[in-house]
Amino acid sequence: MTNERLQEILARHAGSEGPLLPILHDVQRAFGCVSPDTQQAIAQALNLSRAEVHGVVSFYHDFTEETDPRPCVQLCRAEACQARGVEALVEAAEAAAGNRVRIAPVYCLGLCSVGPAARIGDALHARLDAASLARLVEAA
Amino acid sequence: MMKVRISDDSLALALGADSVADAFAAAGAVVERTSSWGMHWLEPLVDVDGIGYGPATVDDVSAILDGTSALCIGPIAEHPFIKPQQRLTFARAGRTRPLSLEDYEATGGWAGLRRAQAMSGDAVIAEVTQSGLRGRGGAGFPAGIKWKTVANAPAPRKYVVCNADEGDSGTFADRMLMEGDPFQLIEGLAICAHAVGAQTAYIYTRSEYPHAIAKLRAAIDLAAAIIAPLHMEVREGAGAYVCGEETSLLNSIEGKRGVVRAKPPLPALEGLFGCPTVVNNVLTIAAIPHILSEGGAAEYAALGVDRSLGTKPIQLAGNIKHGGLYETAFGISLHDLVYAIGGGTASGRPVKAVQVGGPLGAYIPPAQFDLPFDYEAYARADALIGHGGVVVVDDSADMGRLARFAMEFCAVESCGKCTPCRIGSTRGVELIDRIRAGAKVLDPVGALPQMHNAPKTARTADQDIALLEELCETMKFGSLCALGGFTPYPVLSALRHWPEDFQ
Repeated sequence: MTNERLQEILARHAGSEGPLLPILHDVQRAFGCVSPDTQQAIAQALNLSRAEVHGVVSFYHDFTEETDPRPCVQLCRAEACQARGVEALVEAAEAAAGNRVRIAPVYCLGLCSVGPAARIGDALHARLDAASLARLVEAA
Repeated sequence: MMKVRISDDSLALALGADSVADAFAAAGAVVERTSSWGMHWLEPLVDVDGIGYGPATVDDVSAILDGTSALCIGPIAEHPFIKPQQRLTFARAGRTRPLSLEDYEATGGWAGLRRAQAMSGDAVIAEVTQSGLRGRGGAGFPAGIKWKTVANAPAPRKYVVCNADEGDSGTFADRMLMEGDPFQLIEGLAICAHAVGAQTAYIYTRSEYPHAIAKLRAAIDLAAAIIAPLHMEVREGAGAYVCGEETSLLNSIEGKRGVVRAKPPLPALEGLFGCPTVVNNVLTIAAIPHILSEGGAAEYAALGVDRSLGTKPIQLAGNIKHGGLYETAFGISLHDLVYAIGGGTASGRPVKAVQVGGPLGAYIPPAQFDLPFDYEAYARADALIGHGGVVVVDDSADMGRLARFAMEFCAVESCGKCTPCRIGSTRGVELIDRIRAGAKVLDPVGALPQMHNAPKTARTADQDIALLEELCETMKFGSLCALGGFTPYPVLSALRHWPEDFQ
């Protein structure tokens, strides 16, 4: 089953130029990670070495080798959100998250004039304070 | 029936625009989703026959429909934030539906492309050169010269790559343009491809911008027949800041680690897949349709100061009362931007500094706020305008901590190719920690008995600061790209203007 889905992803990108990143994105979305076995299969399909694929997977923040089933709240920690007080919210967010939710830093969601900002999946949230962020984390 | 216009820009969405729109629809109004005017402190901004209300919530809907809402800001186009702007790149912002070909055509869309297609590539490049357009991504390289290099390079295949990897904190103009007026970017790319003889155009943008990616992909599908036979594709980055550097970006599209390539060869001669490639930022490409429309180049060249011609979309961000997008001719002062237009800090406390040009830009103290927005004036002041982000911090900011953050960011995001950036940034974090701890700690390696020539006493704070300055010089002149090369700007400017924050 896993293999079928992988083959389907590889087929979708056959013939395109420089397909590795689009393939890795699709794999990460479909399986929640790019496992060593998957890397091996991708390498074979693209006529690359396993090390080359591993090098690319490990270079980019978006790709992981293991899945983390917890919901993820990305909290922008870049300068503009810092200027709007995001650092003071981190503790409240982590307290609300406990072990159930993953709080991950992100460097800029492009909402720099209305921070602090967060992203859950493709949903964005801005003008956060400790209470609204804690509510978001709890609902994640 | 009443027609209500509400932005579907992701910033408006982050502030609840969808639920406000739904509430208007439920109340019987016709809702149209447009791009954002860029007055972010008023988002979600509701436009009822040109009259604005904001920031609106679901609870304000009935009062807005009655015309009794206290959120009324009067005619939007006459608002003091909008009226003085010189909007060329963002001329459609707030006025059109992003994915409407009809709206785009009705507001002058495709006029530049049609005119360009009737001209030779060389003639198009001559007009771009005449306009004085320089790269809006930060480096400020003249667009016409880059295009000419690619056009003249003999090669069977050529590429156009739009650098839409807007990773700088405090910048969002690329995102707004991609989400609000995607056809303008597509038109600019098509003109560029025609001018240089490219068959394929890639737009490389960030995975942090899912809405921009979706809008662009939809817009490319809608415009496919208009730009044919040009093939255009969006490529999604994967969270690496350094991929905003043009050579890293090319490696990333090729499916490699996003490490920097040494130059030469220039991408204009050996770029994507080894072929001649134009790499231009979103705002550079988006300025093209206007320049290529009748008389546009001369109009563009008439704006600005000195060698910085045309308009610059400036992003007011951070701790600022009236944050948003402000497009104006080059030459405007920081003082006007921060106080007159931005209204000072959102917190109401005094402004301590502004960082211009993203995480790699210098921190500028209020004493230097008369500095005009101009590539050369900033360079002379040891600063950079970069992508035009203006991030305000108030007097509660700890500049030593921000300097440390700049080094740490560089350490985390370094591609690792060159030593000054890879090692220097980590050493920079350690040094700043040591300086701020105020402790005289003997260098652990220097303390080893076999290190005969190492000083056997701990460095003083002054010596550590001198070392930090020297480290910054090494990074500045020894790094392969702007990540290592420009990180010294925020660090040294913080150290120079706020030395007390390092004690």
